[in-house]
Amino acid sequence: MTVGEIIEQVSLTVMAATAGLDKEVKQGYVSDLLSNVMAFAGADSVWVTMQGHQNIVAVASLAGLSAVIIAGGAKPEDETIAKAKQEGVVLLATPLPSFEVAGQLYRLGIRGA
Amino acid sequence: MTMEYGGVWNGCLEMNSRQVIQLEFFLEAGDFSTAGEASSQIKRILQQIGVKAETARRIAIGAYEAEMNVIIHSLGGKMRVAILPDRTDISVEDNGPGIADVKLAMQEGYSTAPDHIRDMGFGAGMGLPNMARCSDEFSITSEVGVGTKIRMVIHHP
Ligand SMILES: Nc1ncnc2c1ncn2[C@@H]1O[C@H](COP(=O)(O)OP(=O)(O)OP(=O)(O)O)[C@@H](O)[C@H]1O
Ligand SMILES: [Mg+2]
Repeated sequence: MTVGEIIEQVSLTVMAATAGLDKEVKQGYVSDLLSNVMAFAGADSVWVTMQGHQNIVAVASLAGLSAVIIAGGAKPEDETIAKAKQEGVVLLATPLPSFEVAGQLYRLGIRGA
Repeated sequence: MTMEYGGVWNGCLEMNSRQVIQLEFFLEAGDFSTAGEASSQIKRILQQIGVKAETARRIAIGAYEAEMNVIIHSLGGKMRVAILPDRTDISVEDNGPGIADVKLAMQEGYSTAPDHIRDMGFGAGMGLPNMARCSDEFSITSEVGVGTKIRMVIHHP
């Protein structure tokens, strides 16, 4: 399943997507701890988090993640959105809580990393 | 963060077996706005010279954890990187305060990060273990009042 297909199926607001909508999502991971994501998310994961700080963009880009979903109505900072656009990181947002997002992704066939 | 290129890199990013790309990054304490840029630069070069995605990812993760520790926990420092055809060699050195108990610091889950740092998602106490896991060779030495030195070597298969 691609990032673009996930956006069609789950109600998500696209905050940044200058590239990567055709990227394959191989698995999913939920965490608000950056080093934990670095250790366990695996390449090509969709990452669900409540962090909106700009450091999430570096994490997503360096760890080769396919997309970041900021859940629970958390607001990404302006710098986060600008950086995501610049780095070609797909940044999505939703008022749905992390648990709900993970459930919907699971129903689409995405499994844990 | 500022960066300097040196060595014999000719800028065309095609390496022959004798070439080395040397990079130096100055890391400023508390500078979260450019945090991660050194590691991003390293990853970009590795991708350009054709290092395997999985290897470039490991190097990028190790570099990021080291970079962030200097920015978060130290008074500032620098990262030197040598990218060779068969390996990447990263040395990170900071200007203190040093780590009193390195063995404890290496334990997964140990962190002295204050609340405002934890609010940004740091402080899992997994940065040093991640560096060790991502490296083929890893060493850390630290002296209180002087600083911390980390070396990571990752082979390119
Ligand atoms: N360069 C450094 N200078 C001083 N202390 C350090 C340095 N690097 C690490 N430490 C100490 O070692 C602890 C563990 O570091 P580690 O990177 O494993 O976790 P963390 O930075 O606290 O959290 P995380 O990396 O998971 O966000 C830190 O909390 C800090 O006390
Ligand atoms: Mg750390």
